[in-house]
Amino acid sequence: MALTDLANPTRFLALVARALPWLMAVTALALTAALWLAMSAPADYQQGGTVRIMYLHVPAAWLSLFCYAVMAVASIGTLVWRHPLADVSAKAAAPIGAAFTFICLATGSLWGRPMWGTWWIWDARLTSELVLLLMYLGLMALWRSVDDPGRAGRAAAVLTLVGTINLPIIKFSVDWWNTLHQPASVFRLGGPTIHPSILTPLMVAAIAFTLLFLTMHLAAMRNEILRRRVRAMQMVAAQREMPAGAEPVPGE
Amino acid sequence: MFGSDPHAGFIVASYAVTAVTLVALAVWIVVDHRTQKARLAELEARGISRRSARGGSASS
Repeated sequence: MALTDLANPTRFLALVARALPWLMAVTALALTAALWLAMSAPADYQQGGTVRIMYLHVPAAWLSLFCYAVMAVASIGTLVWRHPLADVSAKAAAPIGAAFTFICLATGSLWGRPMWGTWWIWDARLTSELVLLLMYLGLMALWRSVDDPGRAGRAAAVLTLVGTINLPIIKFSVDWWNTLHQPASVFRLGGPTIHPSILTPLMVAAIAFTLLFLTMHLAAMRNEILRRRVRAMQMVAAQREMPAGAEPVPGE
Repeated sequence: MFGSDPHAGFIVASYAVTAVTLVALAVWIVVDHRTQKARLAELEARGISRRSARGGSASS
């Protein structure tokens, strides 16, 4: 199957039907392995057992950014190439990105209270991550507020691309401003500063969360395609039931 | 496991919040899929088909 064949929603649905069971099985295995490694990993010499919160917080933070990057690429597809699945992909990714961002903020708060002595502080990293959550929620509201999926998709694509300015701010906020949050300790020029006994469970958890995102994204895309088919059929039904001689309302 | 850890409550709460959020998301996706499938079946039962399906080409 050529990559361009995936532009056809019917072929895409057939591919999802074949891939989803396998993806779900691999995701379940990866999540089980990640949980086992997280529970059996040694306690940190300074943070003690709270280091186990890192195995949720850090992958959720990475996924919150990755998901928005996926939406940004899809938005380019919507605006430039008008790819039929681009808007479907962006819309389906938004609730998943919001969930990962919420997990990042909630676990960060639960980690911050015992380590920093506060649940929350208005510093650059935490505030920019909260802005990301508000961006996700705003985009979801925008998609729901416009009836025509095409118009909603184009407006959301523009807003998504404007919001990408927040991604480098989140990433480099710990370098640009003074903050309680620690600087990057995995993806940095000098290599990771984390001991392998803690780094391995972290990377397995990151792979498991990424697989979970892919699984849920494909399933949510399938739902969105079906929702648009239902809408198209409802419009056909409405026209069929319209009295003879009646004109449809402009814009509907 | 970490019952003796002085911060066990924070650790358990973190895993609980994550599990509840992800399970809620998964349940919403499954329920949404069943809802859309049911609506499609109901419309097809009324003899309604998409224009593109009637025309023979496959699209959304």
